[in-house]
Amino acid sequence: MTEEKDKQFGEVLESLKDVPGPVMMAMQKAQEIYGYLPIEVQLRIADYFGVPLATVYGIATFYSQFRLEQPGQIKIAVCLGTACYVKGSGGVIEKFGRMLGVEPGHTTPDGRFTLEATRCIGCCGLAPVLTVNGEVYGKVTEDSVDEIMAKYNNA
Amino acid sequence: MKTLKELQEIRDREKGGLDERCEGATVTEGAPRAHVLVCGGTGCTSGNSKIIYDNFKTLLAEKNVTDINVIMTGCFGLCSKGPIVVVYPDGSFYTHVKPEDVAEIVDAHLIGGAPVERLLHAEKDADGQMKSINDTDFYKSQRRVVLRNCGVIDPENIDEYLARDGYKAYEKAVSTMTQQQVIDEIKKSGLRGRGGAGFPTGMKWQFTHDAPGTDKYVACNADEGDPGAFMDRSLLEGDPHAVIEAMMIAGYAVGAERGVIYVRAEYPIAVHRLEVAIKQAHEYGILGDNALGLGHKFELELRLGAGAFVCGEETALLNSSEGKRGEPRQRPPFPAVKGLFGKPTLINNVETYGNITQIILNGADWFASVGTEKSKGTKVFALGGKLENVGLVEIPMGTTLRTIVEDIGGGCPHGKKFKAAQTGGPSGGCIPASLIDTPIDYDSLMAIGSMMGSGGLIVMDEDNCMVDIAKFFLEFTVDESCGKCTPCRIGNKRLLEMLDKVTKGEATLEDLDKMEELCYYIKENSLCGLGQTAPNPVLSTLRYFRDEYEAHCNGKCPAGVCKALVSYKVDPEKCIGCTICARNCPVGAISGSVKQTHSIDPKKCIKCGVCASKCPKGAISK
Ligand SMILES: Cc1cc2nc3c(=O)[nH]c(=O)nc-3n(C[C@H](O)[C@H](O)[C@H](O)COP(=O)(O)O)c2cc1C
Ligand code: FES
Repeated sequence: MTEEKDKQFGEVLESLKDVPGPVMMAMQKAQEIYGYLPIEVQLRIADYFGVPLATVYGIATFYSQFRLEQPGQIKIAVCLGTACYVKGSGGVIEKFGRMLGVEPGHTTPDGRFTLEATRCIGCCGLAPVLTVNGEVYGKVTEDSVDEIMAKYNNA
Repeated sequence: MKTLKELQEIRDREKGGLDERCEGATVTEGAPRAHVLVCGGTGCTSGNSKIIYDNFKTLLAEKNVTDINVIMTGCFGLCSKGPIVVVYPDGSFYTHVKPEDVAEIVDAHLIGGAPVERLLHAEKDADGQMKSINDTDFYKSQRRVVLRNCGVIDPENIDEYLARDGYKAYEKAVSTMTQQQVIDEIKKSGLRGRGGAGFPTGMKWQFTHDAPGTDKYVACNADEGDPGAFMDRSLLEGDPHAVIEAMMIAGYAVGAERGVIYVRAEYPIAVHRLEVAIKQAHEYGILGDNALGLGHKFELELRLGAGAFVCGEETALLNSSEGKRGEPRQRPPFPAVKGLFGKPTLINNVETYGNITQIILNGADWFASVGTEKSKGTKVFALGGKLENVGLVEIPMGTTLRTIVEDIGGGCPHGKKFKAAQTGGPSGGCIPASLIDTPIDYDSLMAIGSMMGSGGLIVMDEDNCMVDIAKFFLEFTVDESCGKCTPCRIGNKRLLEMLDKVTKGEATLEDLDKMEELCYYIKENSLCGLGQTAPNPVLSTLRYFRDEYEAHCNGKCPAGVCKALVSYKVDPEKCIGCTICARNCPVGAISGSVKQTHSIDPKKCIKCGVCASKCPKGAISK
């Protein structure tokens, strides 16, 4: 599995050889392939483009989309954009936190759920909005949290 | 590679079909007899509009109907009623369509000729007649210049864009105008930047044109970081070629051969549509070494963001486009002199570009005839929050907030009272109900302590606490501060701590004065626009809702939002002892036995409000 990913990523690096300012693009591709940015991959990017590891790590920690830890199997992302917030998404994420026993930005110890707060995903018409592994749930209430959790707990 | 003549042939061929996409149009010979337009914007897509589209396709094919055209378009605007399907030339506007409704629409309407009443967006006039969709409250005060193709064309089909005079503006500019004439036309139109600051666009083009050097860039700011705003996204999703064409015109005017669009990574559909559009434009020879065969080169590439609000600031955007940490740069030098990879760079916002083709084609005077003295044209707003109709609207500059909130937005749901609207997102301010007749333009908004911003407009009703909202925005900016300068990094953090004290009821009236002082200090001393504007939500709520701040200092949150200041109580008169609340309390804070009045232990209570929402008798209140 990893070998295949490493090979795939090697091709990506190759394709970015002549692109100006390639580091962030390489990191975005790496995250697509590996799901996060393991330190070995960051090292590989730094070596390939001849920049210090600190530069790569600095970029990784600057942007909220880069992940340094393996995410859980089920990623719950609650929108905390303004439109969602004024319609009560704060209560929704709090309830997930209570049910899962983790704070936003963290993964449950069994590696199943990751809870995240996201910025506006552009579905403000359906506020409050959350996504579970990319699937969008609109007009959620604190009650729908129970239904959503039940669905994935039984899956 | 297509010649200008071939492009014109495509326009002529497609035009008939496109003209039918308006209410009451007559059907031309050989064109489809009806068009089914399914919204493919982000909101409707997450409501399964792709499946709806597929269902139309399969069902019509199964029934051997070949003279009906089904396409996916960009946003129609009325997002809260989505998914939306529109049938032309009848002009039937279907809302809340589900995949399983498609069969009925096909059988009853498309084949039978009778629209499905229960799904129609029905608004009646005084005589009880159904209004045409353009006369409904939501649409009648709008004017679509930038969004003219959104919800009309298939954004993934360049031929449809061509049929709407696509790439004619570029042709006109390059073959009949000098670079300076193009710039002068933009100056004369009075167009100002739609990305927030409202800087005159023509002047910016002039600076970049005048900057020494040959390797120049044209950049498009599609970072749209204001949470709760989706104007730029909708334009890119609904009409990507309009932005590409405008960047080509800008490239010609300032003398740049390369363009970069910096898009937020949270917008996968917009990214996809741009990729498709760039590819198609290449195939037609519109982009490339000899654009449209008119002798100029223009290449375009995409750069994706990775989730950092500050990257919307133009100098941070440049750093991020170069693949670095998105920290802002000191200005001057301005990007027009020293921008991307150190080259002179023109940066404009997506919506700013969205106006360009229309100015070139119809002239500066036409454009300037809409709007107010100092704010010309239209502005797109993303309406959000406590409104009946949430979505995307385009209005002439100078329209009052009242028209937007009451007519277009349909007022606050459940008969609640309108309290304030926030424009300009985390850099802006609120407009209280008392100023609802303020015209929306750059200068009027500035005068009342808010700002136009990029176009997010969030409405709050009596249930929202203004201190809480100010805290929400400040939490956002503190989180997004890049940390480069101290006033922003530390000042805003301190300010947030003070606000937190207010929401907990621990602040004094003196603290409010101190907060105000700190706000001004941060504004004056921060490096970039993020820090310079971060205190605005606090200042404007302090200005218009000081009484709410003072109430918090006295231990009360009038809207009942700030948790530290509310407590839940059981009304013994109403409680029937059903035990539902006790069973649902996540922390076991409620005691009482069957048929006995229950009580809440304030020490254990986490104020989640579950009990109040579950009580069948409404016996629990704040
Ligand atoms: C913190 C901050 C965030 C910004 N975010 C955006 C944004 O998301 N989109 C945008 O177009 N402009 C944004 N701007 C404004 C840009 O710096 C710049 O003024 C704009 O891209 C210029 O284009 P215009 O003249 O066409 O408006 C932001 C500015 C600041 C200070
Ligand atoms: S604010 Fe949540 S989707 Fe826009």
